[in-house]
Amino acid sequence: MDTVLIVKAIIVVAIFAISMLMALYETYAERVIAAFIQDRVGPDRAGPFGILQPLADGGKLFFKEDFIPAKADKWLFILGPAVAMSTALLSSAVIPFGDTIIVAGQKIDVQGMDVNIGILWIFGIVSLGVYGILIGGWASNNKYSLYGAIRAASQTISYELAMGISLLAIILMTGSLSVKSIVLGQHGIDWNIFYQPMGFLLFLTCSLAECNRTPFDLPESENELVAGYHTEYGSMKMGLYLFSEYVNMFISSAVLASLYLGGFNYPGMDFVYNKLVGSFGEVTGHNLATAIGTLTLFLKIFFFIFLFMWIRWTLPRFRYDQLMNVAWKWMMPVAIVNLIITAAAELSGKPLLYNWVGLAIFGAIYFGLFPIFKKKTVSAN
Amino acid sequence: MTLTNRSRKTDNSELSIVENTYFPGIFKGMGVTIKHFFSKKATIRYPEQKRYLGPVFRGHHILKRDDQGRERCTTCGLCAVACPAEAISMVAAERVKGEEKLYREEKYAASYEINMLRCIFCGLCEEACPKEAIYLRHDKFVPVFTSRDQVIYGKDQLVEDMGDRYLRDAWTKEDMAKLWIKQ
Repeated sequence: MDTVLIVKAIIVVAIFAISMLMALYETYAERVIAAFIQDRVGPDRAGPFGILQPLADGGKLFFKEDFIPAKADKWLFILGPAVAMSTALLSSAVIPFGDTIIVAGQKIDVQGMDVNIGILWIFGIVSLGVYGILIGGWASNNKYSLYGAIRAASQTISYELAMGISLLAIILMTGSLSVKSIVLGQHGIDWNIFYQPMGFLLFLTCSLAECNRTPFDLPESENELVAGYHTEYGSMKMGLYLFSEYVNMFISSAVLASLYLGGFNYPGMDFVYNKLVGSFGEVTGHNLATAIGTLTLFLKIFFFIFLFMWIRWTLPRFRYDQLMNVAWKWMMPVAIVNLIITAAAELSGKPLLYNWVGLAIFGAIYFGLFPIFKKKTVSAN
Repeated sequence: MTLTNRSRKTDNSELSIVENTYFPGIFKGMGVTIKHFFSKKATIRYPEQKRYLGPVFRGHHILKRDDQGRERCTTCGLCAVACPAEAISMVAAERVKGEEKLYREEKYAASYEINMLRCIFCGLCEEACPKEAIYLRHDKFVPVFTSRDQVIYGKDQLVEDMGDRYLRDAWTKEDMAKLWIKQ
């Protein structure tokens, strides 16, 4: 039992360290990808190819003046970034970063904890995350910060609906709230994205909104609100806000990869598993197969992080009314339709076929019949 | 009159039902950015990589020697007169017997100083020189200085080193055009 505890502790610390490290290097990746998309070279002064840039940035933030405005609510002002950071880190606890490893004859999950309400935990923590922004924006005693905070809150509430409903379709398919069993249900290449293409798009869009990333970065829209909720923040307090955003992005990518791209599953995994067990023995082979699975998951996470950044440096920000229109008038109805289609397809016994049939029917109705009822408007010019 | 050939008429028509899903626009935009992601970069890693500035770039000054290693400057002072920034000062001296290997003519510069804080790198000294002695190098900058006593460049920093002679890449317009094509 002791070894299990020790190994578990190592795994938990490793997950914590990895999320921090990922967030650190996401800042670097963000700058390099931004530079490449804009035909520039990007940061390259600190270390070879600038790989020490995140450390330099962090060091800079630590040495800046830790300023609290006179009219700010001091304790809430300090609490804000702390809440944002801790909630961001908490949600990685239930994500399965690999299958199991065998240590001292016992199977241990490569996961913080495998609770049976895992995905609910993530959602709870993510909705808590907006408190960090809200508290920080309110405590700053500045109208722009408050605007940013209120925008963040309303945006998170609006997009959580569509996110939750598109997630319901996944839960309907798997019959479990545990992230581990959702991932295990997508063995090999039997990934949920093939059953839920529309759900995937909805979930991706919503996670962009939940991370406050670019098409939805209204909370910190710099040309309207100075810097939004962190206008009054400086030094490492602002660093924590920025950092929590990047940790959130990592977690969102991990959740997306786990729910839709099969987590640590990859095509041909049974063949690889048998080969490894055959040549390295039961224990080492199993652990090696798990390591390959973890690597696959990280490749998927990197893909999503790249996608997030790619989107950020492509798409302009939504107007506020567009943001609300998209959430309430488009994504939520579409998510409900998707849920109905999934339910029907699950009942039919051939979910893969009937999901696509359902989507095709929906598309035909929407694109074929809807324009007939749409009233013709004459434009001004 | 059109100012560029890339201007397009603004499309104010209403979005079609497919366009209204935003997807065609999003995919088009993502395509544009990924194309730029892999395209050649417009910037370079400057101090390590340097661009060729052309054969007529006016950089660090150099006092040329002739083929036998004798200094060409005769301290006529035309460069100092031509200099709009009054950056050049010099002291003349007469060549004595036995110095024929060092100086080409009877008069030479005992000291020749350029104040780099004043110099505007206009190249008029180069044009004024009747002895083809002073040039502005095309391949070397005057380095950054941090204190005033590094500013005045004497003969030790200006006279050409015979082991590392300075040659200009191109003297005529045609040569220059060829060089630019090669770049």
